[in-house]
Amino acid sequence: MAHAPSMPHGGEHEATSTGLSHRKLLMWAFLGSDCMFFGALIATYLVYQGKSLVGPFPEDVFSIPVTSVSTFVLLMSSMSMVLSYAALTRGNIKAYRIWLASTAILGATFLAFQVFEFRDFVQHGLTPRTNLFGTTFFTLTGFHGAHVTLGVIWLLSLLFHSFRKGGASPEKEEDLDLAALYWHFVDVVWIVIFTVIYLYGVFEGF
Amino acid sequence: MSTMPFAIPRPVHPTGVWSWITTIDHKRIGILYGVTAFILFLTGGMEALLIRAQLAQAEQDLISPEIFNQLFTMHGTTMIFLAVMPLSAAFFNFVVPLQIGARDVAFPRLNAFSFWTFLAGALLLKISWITGGAPNAGWFSYAPLTGITANPGHGIDLWVVSLQVLGVASLAAAFNFIVTIVNMRAPGMSLMRMPMFTWMTLLTAILLVLAFPVITVALIELMFDRTFGMNFFNVAAGAQPILWQHLFWVFGHPEVYILILPAMGIVSDVLPAFSKKPLFGYGTMVVAGVVIAFMGWMVWSHHMFTVGLGPVANSVFTFTTMMIAVPTGIKVFNWLGTIWGGSLNFKTPMLFALGFVGMFIMGGISGVMHAVAASDAQQQDTYFIVAHLHYVLFGGSLMGIFAGIYFWYPKMTGKMYNEGLGKVQFWSMLIAQNITFFPMHFTGLDGMPRRIYTYQENMGWEFWSLISTIGSLMLAASMLLFVYNFVNSWRNGEKASGDPWDARTLEWSMPSPPPEYNFAVIPEVTDRDEWWEEKQRRRIGVPVPVSGGSGYEPEEHSIHLPQPSYWPIVVSIGLLIAGYGVVYNGVIYNFVLAAAGVLIGMIGVYAWALEPVNDPDPDDEHSSH
Repeated sequence: MAHAPSMPHGGEHEATSTGLSHRKLLMWAFLGSDCMFFGALIATYLVYQGKSLVGPFPEDVFSIPVTSVSTFVLLMSSMSMVLSYAALTRGNIKAYRIWLASTAILGATFLAFQVFEFRDFVQHGLTPRTNLFGTTFFTLTGFHGAHVTLGVIWLLSLLFHSFRKGGASPEKEEDLDLAALYWHFVDVVWIVIFTVIYLYGVFEGF
Repeated sequence: MSTMPFAIPRPVHPTGVWSWITTIDHKRIGILYGVTAFILFLTGGMEALLIRAQLAQAEQDLISPEIFNQLFTMHGTTMIFLAVMPLSAAFFNFVVPLQIGARDVAFPRLNAFSFWTFLAGALLLKISWITGGAPNAGWFSYAPLTGITANPGHGIDLWVVSLQVLGVASLAAAFNFIVTIVNMRAPGMSLMRMPMFTWMTLLTAILLVLAFPVITVALIELMFDRTFGMNFFNVAAGAQPILWQHLFWVFGHPEVYILILPAMGIVSDVLPAFSKKPLFGYGTMVVAGVVIAFMGWMVWSHHMFTVGLGPVANSVFTFTTMMIAVPTGIKVFNWLGTIWGGSLNFKTPMLFALGFVGMFIMGGISGVMHAVAASDAQQQDTYFIVAHLHYVLFGGSLMGIFAGIYFWYPKMTGKMYNEGLGKVQFWSMLIAQNITFFPMHFTGLDGMPRRIYTYQENMGWEFWSLISTIGSLMLAASMLLFVYNFVNSWRNGEKASGDPWDARTLEWSMPSPPPEYNFAVIPEVTDRDEWWEEKQRRRIGVPVPVSGGSGYEPEEHSIHLPQPSYWPIVVSIGLLIAGYGVVYNGVIYNFVLAAAGVLIGMIGVYAWALEPVNDPDPDDEHSSH
C-alpha cells in the first residue's frame, strides 16, 4: 500500500496500531455488518421458499438466460474496477477515468436489466403484494439494487472529483480502494443471490 | 487548498450553544450522550411510575387499557434504546480514547453524527405521545399484533422508524469504536494490556455491528407490510409470524449483552481501583467476555420456549443457555477474587460496583431458572420474568452505569460529588430496587401475567403489587437525590485532582477535566494498569519518560485536533425529517417532507466528504492535504 507516512494531522490521517488505515478498517466492519443484513434477507427468502399459496412461482417468471447475462455484466464491472484501480496506482489518470466510467456504466446496465426484469415480472402478475415469493423476492433483490445504485453514485462522484485539481492521484488510491471494496462485496452478494434464488429456484434438486 | 463547499465557513465557536452543536470532541460528545440519555431515562422512569400507580391496587381505572399498553411499550423501548445503550455510549465516548492513550476517536465527525442521530431517533419515538398514540405492542412488538389491520395507528410506524434511525446511530458509533480501539492504541498498548472497560466496549461494538442489521431487516419487513401491503407477516398469504420472533431475538439476545457488557467493563475497572489490587484473572476475564459475546448468538430461542419449537430445539437452547452462565460465573468469581484481601475503600463507585455484583447474581440465578424450558413454561409472560429482567437490567446494567457515573464524575466535570449524598443515594437505590422488583418474583410465581392493565381482587397479588409500587416511588426519590447531587456538585463541588481515587488506568494520568488534546505527549505503554505502574516507578525514582498529560506543557503548534463541523448535525436533521416523513405514507405533504429530508442528508454527506478534517495550518509548510 503506497501510503506515504502522512503527518499526524489528527483524526482521520493518523498512523495506526495495525498499519491498516482507519477508513479501510471502517469499510471492513461495515461489510461485516452488511453480510448480516443480506444474510437476514436471504434467510427470510429461504424460509418462505415454496410457501406461496398462489402463483406466479419462481419457475413461472425467472428467465435464467437473461439473468445470466446481467450477472455476467456485473462480474465484468468488477474486472473493470480492478483495471481502474491498477491504472490509478500506475498514475495513468486517463485510463483510470475510462475504467471508472466503464464500471459505472456496467453497473447501470445491470440496474437496467433489473428494471426490465421487474417490469416483466409485474406483467406476469407478480408484484410485491401478490404472494410470499413476490414479497421476499422484490425486497431482497430491491435492496441489492439499492446497493448497486449507491455504488454507481459513488463511482460517478469519484469520476467528477477526478476532474478537480488534485482530485485523483496515485497517493489517493485509497479513495478508490474503498469504493472498490464495496463494489466487489455487492458483486459477491449478487453471486449468492443468483445461485440461491435463481438457479436453485428453477432447477429443483440442484 | 481549501475545498470548502457552498462557501460556508467552518464553525469557530469556542463556547456557548454553537460550540456544543458543532463539537466533535469525544469528551463533549460523551457528556452530551450522558445528559441526554439521563433525561430520557427519567422519562422512561415516569412511564414506569404510571404503570406502578395503575397496578398499586386491584381493579383500578387510573389509566385506560390502551394507554397502559402504550406505557409499557414505551417504558421498555425507552429504557433499552434511549437510556441504557446511550448511557453506555457516553462512557465509550468519554473514557475509551483516554484509556487507550488517544487524542480522539478515529472518526470525530462520525461520532458527532452518531449522537445527533441518536437524538433524532429519540425524538421520533417520544413524539408519538403527542401525535396520536404511542406504540402499543410491547418492546418486542410481536407480529401479527403489529400488522396494519390489528394496529392501524401510527404509533407502530413511529416505533419502526425511530428504531431504524437509532440503529443508524448505534452502527455508526460501533464502527467508530471498533476502529478506534483496534487502530488508535498508544504505542505498547497491546490488546492484552487494554483496560477491561475498553475490552468490553470493543466486544459490545462488535455485537452491535452484527446484531443491528438483523433487526433492521425485521423492521424493514414490518414497515413494508404496513406501508406497501406486503406479506412478510400476513398469515392469509401463508406467512409465519414466528419469523418476526426469530429475527427479533437473533438481534434481541445479543442486545442483552450489548446492555450488560459495558456495565461489566465499568465494574471491572472500579473494583481494582478501590481494592488497590490488579484485576484478578485478567486473561480469563477477557476470554469470558469473548465467550459471552460469541455464545450470545446461540441462545435466542430461549425467549420462545413456549411457542412450540419442539423438544429438540427447546433442549438445545436450554443447554446453550445454561452454558452461558459459565463465563458469566467466571466473571463473578474474578470480581470476588479482585476484592479478596484487597485494601478496600468503600467510596460510592465501589458501593455501586459491589451492588452490581450482588444484584446481577440474583438476576443471573433467576435467569438460569428459566433457562430450563420446562420451568420457563410456568414463568413465561409472568411477573417472574419482569423480576428477572429488572434484576439484570436495573440491578445489573444501571448499577454498573451508576458506578461509572460516580467513578468518572470527577474526571468529566473536574469537581467532586458529595460523598455523603452519594452513599445515601446508593443505599436508597439498592433498598428501593429490591422492594420494587423482589416481590415480582412472588406475584410472578403466583401466576400474575405481565402486560395486564389491571387484575381482580382475591388473586393474592394486591399486597406485593402495592409493595412494588411503594418501592418504585422510593426509586424515584433516589433518582431525584442523584440529580441534585450531580447538578449541585457540578456547580459548587470541590475541585477534583487528576487522580482522586489513586486509580490505575491512563485516564487518571491527566488533569480533571482533561485538556482538549487529552495527552500532551502520547504515552508509551509498558504495563497493564499503566498509570498505576507509572506511579510506582515515579515513587521509587526510576528515571523514565513521563507518560500521560500532567507535567508536560503542551507544544500547542504540534497538536492538530480535528476541527468542529456543521455537517454531522445537518445529516442527522435530514434523517429526522425523512424519518418523520415516511411515517405518514400516502400524504403528499409527507412525501415532500421525506424527499426534503433525503436531500438535506445528501447535501450534508457531500459537504462532509469534501470538507477536510483539518483546515491546512497556515504556519505549516508541510501541509499537503
